[in-house]
Amino acid sequence: MVPYIIRRLLIAIPVLFGVTIVNFIIINMAPGNPVDMYVDPNTSQELLNLRKEQLGLNDPLWVQFFHWLGNLVQGNLGYSFSTYEPVSKVILERIGPTFQLTFLALIIGLIIALPIGIISAVKQYSKLDYLATGTSFFGISIPHFFLGLGLIYIFAVQLQWLPAGGMSTLGSEDDFFDKIKHLILPVMVLAVGIAGQYVRYVRASLLEVLGQDYLRTARAKGLKEIVITNKHALKNALIPIITIIGLEIPFLLGGAVITEQVFQWPGMGQLTIQSIMSRDYPTLMALNLLTAFMVLFANLFTDILYSFVDPRIKYK
Amino acid sequence: MPMLETGIKNEVEIPPISNTELGKEETPLQLIVKRFMKHRLAVAGSIFMLFIILVAIFAPLIAPKEPFQVYDEFSAPPSAEHWLGTDQVGRDLFTRLIYASRVSMIVGLGAVLIYSIIGTIVGAVSGYFGGWVDIVLMRLTDVFMSFPSLMLILVVVSILGPNLLNIIWILGLLGWPSVARLVRGSVLSLKHVDFVKSGVVLGLSTPRILFQHILPNAIAPILVQATFGIAAAIIVEASLSFLGMGVQPPTASWGNMLTDAQSLTVLTSQPWLWVPPGIMIVLVVLAINFIGDGLRDALDPKTLK
Repeated sequence: MVPYIIRRLLIAIPVLFGVTIVNFIIINMAPGNPVDMYVDPNTSQELLNLRKEQLGLNDPLWVQFFHWLGNLVQGNLGYSFSTYEPVSKVILERIGPTFQLTFLALIIGLIIALPIGIISAVKQYSKLDYLATGTSFFGISIPHFFLGLGLIYIFAVQLQWLPAGGMSTLGSEDDFFDKIKHLILPVMVLAVGIAGQYVRYVRASLLEVLGQDYLRTARAKGLKEIVITNKHALKNALIPIITIIGLEIPFLLGGAVITEQVFQWPGMGQLTIQSIMSRDYPTLMALNLLTAFMVLFANLFTDILYSFVDPRIKYK
Repeated sequence: MPMLETGIKNEVEIPPISNTELGKEETPLQLIVKRFMKHRLAVAGSIFMLFIILVAIFAPLIAPKEPFQVYDEFSAPPSAEHWLGTDQVGRDLFTRLIYASRVSMIVGLGAVLIYSIIGTIVGAVSGYFGGWVDIVLMRLTDVFMSFPSLMLILVVVSILGPNLLNIIWILGLLGWPSVARLVRGSVLSLKHVDFVKSGVVLGLSTPRILFQHILPNAIAPILVQATFGIAAAIIVEASLSFLGMGVQPPTASWGNMLTDAQSLTVLTSQPWLWVPPGIMIVLVVLAINFIGDGLRDALDPKTLK
């Protein structure tokens, strides 16, 4: 086990390095540089060159890369082009709201998906199964922005039950129920997509397990079908589901971009859009890196978790 | 590394659809078609998509008006003259809805074609040669898989400039890793099959073995993946265009037709502007996803009974 974890960590290092290189290259494709953006047009060309020299912008690209990497390792992500604050501070403020949104959506999505997926698999090819399949594909197929606009139209504009956006009403920031009210619609948008996806996963995974020999044995010894499904099959069927959840959490954070924009939710997704609009490359670079690191970490974590949950797996 | 990542999504395993498994009267193709026909939602999806593709091809003949023509009334509700009303500039909405189908089809097919080709080559080379080539290519795949796609796409689009061609290329050049993993898995399990080994013994060239003997047998999962990929690409294009980072007006895309609905007046009092394009996206994506599901069932050797 320990050698496996160590090997897995060693593999992650070149990937991590690759991620930083790709990120650096992409951001460097952007036209212009920080110096050109800041100065007023009256500054002399000589002064500009001097400043560029000081900032290392005239160095070859690979020198700049290692310079930037060195700063990164020390936790220095640079300064935002638009607010002039440290990027780390700007992003830190946005992580909380995004986590609230996505984790609530994940939990609610799973609560919806599990029973539907199980029924769908146990009653394969029944009317219920077709209904579940149809609905789950609908959840996957509806774009977040359209669902979001539709929900705003119905619940915020027509019925006026819920707010159309933001995280809280001005003046009642500490009101718990006010917060919940603001969460309902964006969480619903994300949860519909998640539920649709996981109904498919649960169904496929359970169907795979239901065909196994040990379940035939269980049936042969006269166990009730309910016991077989719930005790024997479900446990094994859920193992891959856990893995998928682990692998997809970082992508959920990325997937909230549209939803956050539609509902004016002040999270990392909205920050991404704002940074793109204001061409705030240091912030964009940091956001991309952060999410990529989270993906890598989640991969690593689920692989290791998997080896604990499923005793059948042996790593050499 | 355990095969967790591909565990469920890509459960379709490469079927050398050999004649021994199948009935003698039916060719493999007939059997696949028969099983596909059983999936009613997939059949319905196919008919719908055939209709949409025809609409996209013959848009100039079908559309009652010109897509860029500006009429006197802007933001007009549906009428006999303008079936779905006019947009905020005064263009006929029904006409633009028809023309926009072209954008979705081109992006979906173009992007998926590009990344399926790249992914297939990377995956095939990686799986067939193994060793260092495999390690390097797979780590590269890991690197590209680490970026949550929509965020990376947004950043690259903002740098290269949002337009139709760039979106196709960006989606195409960033989408290959999942295909590469899928193909690699297929090639790994196929390269020890007898007919491949006999090809090696016969002294056939490596490209010939790879592309003529191995890949045709690995095509089923790629096809399923590509079908779902088209649906995903259409959603991404619509989302980008909705944000103003995709296809730019005056060219109509179902996504950018919804952009105006971000303002509360349009959302509240002019639903004919944003509901029809939204419904079109849902219907098309749903239809393609059903086709993908039907293909998966029809091509899956495990469901052979």
